Amino acid sequence: MRADLLTDAVDGLDEALAAVDGFDEVLVGGLLRPQPAQAVGLAGLASAVAGSPLAVRVAEAAEKAAAGAAGEEHFVALAAARTALLGSVHDALVVRAEEAVGRSGEAEQGAAAAGDPEHAANLHAAARNWLCDLARAGWQGIDHELVAGSASVVSAMLPDPALRRLATLLDGFAAELAASCPGATLERVPVRRWADLWSRAVLLTLPGAASAPAVTEATGRLLPLGIDVQEHATAVQAQVHAVFEPADGEGARLVRASVSAPKPDTVVGAGLWQLLRPHMSLLAAVGEGRAVEIDAMPMTAEGDLLWDDARARTGEPAEVFATARVALPTASAYAVAPLDRHPARIAVPVLLEGYAVEEEEEGGTAFRIAGQRFTVDADRIPAASPLTPEVVASSGACVALLRWDAGEFLFQPLAVERTVRKKSVAVHAGAWAGGTTDKAGVRAEKAATDAVKVLRERAGRLLRK
Amino acid sequence: MGDGALSVWERSSTARVVPSARPRKLAKVPFVELADGRLQGVVSSGSDIGRVYVSSIEAGTYAFACSTNNNRPCGGANGWFCNHIGALIGEAVLQYGGERVARYLKVEVSGDEADAGAVTHAMTSTRPAQGDRSAAAQVFSRFLRHLAYLELGPTTAPLPEMQWFPTTRAVA
Repeated sequence: MRADLLTDAVDGLDEALAAVDGFDEVLVGGLLRPQPAQAVGLAGLASAVAGSPLAVRVAEAAEKAAAGAAGEEHFVALAAARTALLGSVHDALVVRAEEAVGRSGEAEQGAAAAGDPEHAANLHAAARNWLCDLARAGWQGIDHELVAGSASVVSAMLPDPALRRLATLLDGFAAELAASCPGATLERVPVRRWADLWSRAVLLTLPGAASAPAVTEATGRLLPLGIDVQEHATAVQAQVHAVFEPADGEGARLVRASVSAPKPDTVVGAGLWQLLRPHMSLLAAVGEGRAVEIDAMPMTAEGDLLWDDARARTGEPAEVFATARVALPTASAYAVAPLDRHPARIAVPVLLEGYAVEEEEEGGTAFRIAGQRFTVDADRIPAASPLTPEVVASSGACVALLRWDAGEFLFQPLAVERTVRKKSVAVHAGAWAGGTTDKAGVRAEKAATDAVKVLRERAGRLLRK
Repeated sequence: MGDGALSVWERSSTARVVPSARPRKLAKVPFVELADGRLQGVVSSGSDIGRVYVSSIEAGTYAFACSTNNNRPCGGANGWFCNHIGALIGEAVLQYGGERVARYLKVEVSGDEADAGAVTHAMTSTRPAQGDRSAAAQVFSRFLRHLAYLELGPTTAPLPEMQWFPTTRAVA
């Protein structure tokens, strides 16, 4: 790996991010009564996309917004401009990451999503309306009443799987906003994060934006690399990163398989695995260290398998580090869908060896690779896992996701190898996905089972009256 | 704000804003939340499995209320925090950590001392008034909405937006 490429400056990155930051500051104060400083931020965003097809609409939107007269279409244009800018940042970072790890990506672009424009148009409009009110109030202007306005939209959207993307996003976003009310007394604002969530949500309210249909069927062998877990108070998603070897002998590809579910906020830790486990046999296969044979599994243009247990069969043992050493170097990634291009979406599987572990002052861990220092985001390892920051700190090899946040590349460990009594032992973040016999793991499973049992009992008694 | 460069946290897309809930036993208090300017929740009755109490304390004033899901007043919450409210505070401290509960309720206790006893004492010593029970219906419906999350099916279509919500080992 060319670690130096990951710490070198990327041309144009600072300029693009400065335009993003300028707009994000505008959302802090809100657009009800815009101040002159906000007009500067809006104009900066407009001029950053002046050479793109968005130019005219964004310039008009910036002008209206600066006058305190922005309507829905103007907020949509601003969100689109911001998304396009971060899309270009994403592309530049991905090129850099691919150079560094020495793998090529695929330039082929997936077919544009064809959504049903009529589907749930009213709910989408209601969500957009709420998001526009948020932008007018600004993060410093949020209060309980405003934030609560999203609840009915989210409740109506959640049961429909076709609306799950937007519903899950709005649910997590609104919970954060609610916990931060009133905005007037906020000591600090997650400026970029909330602007990210806001602009993504705005774009997802547009017809077809959230649709990612299957474009092909995948048949062949899946060699897992690890599991990435994402959660907010009321949702969880596990994503398996894997190398896919097509049965027709075509080149190996990097793919993902995801399973997600809404959840009560008191379902945590091992409870997350319990919730997802029954719906994707792949999780247990990863836990057992096995390959999976898939037969005509639907797959999106981005390389996301739309998992169906009926099309999968657990196969031979497949050791993650063997996969990372042998199969990963030649596996190429699919191109990211246009709307999903954002630095937060970058998750490139890599094998790291020969690094030195450095402890950081605030208790974090860093890897020094070829003289360059990289933060290790061990906080992204799930709580119900035998992999801990301490285990990472004592490792000699690591399968990780290369990510980028707040101006730097960093590594999220999926698995590590370490030497225990002269033997090499692998420890996986997702080892307990399918269940465990580990003593601490069993205790966590029992606590989670009890919690869900109580909630189900209460639901059975109180919910349908 | 608005002056100078943003901090790393402010420039982070995946900054943790709300820590995960800590695991706790749910048998006695199946639902607790810091919402709508109140610490509120649902406490299971010790004697009747079909009955629950809806309890709440308002942030700042500590005005408290407790009634059954059928809107009968709780006998214990007569001029004083009842046992249900006591249990609610205890479980809230378990789930969110004492500091966050104290901060939300605007209770003055120092960070390391914010256990359930200290938080409760700080509130009762101000002799809080009994609030009206008007919020009970809303709290109960929020509890039912919370339970309904268990009934929602999973999906294997990817949710790219969850990239903004990485899991975290850090809890409240």
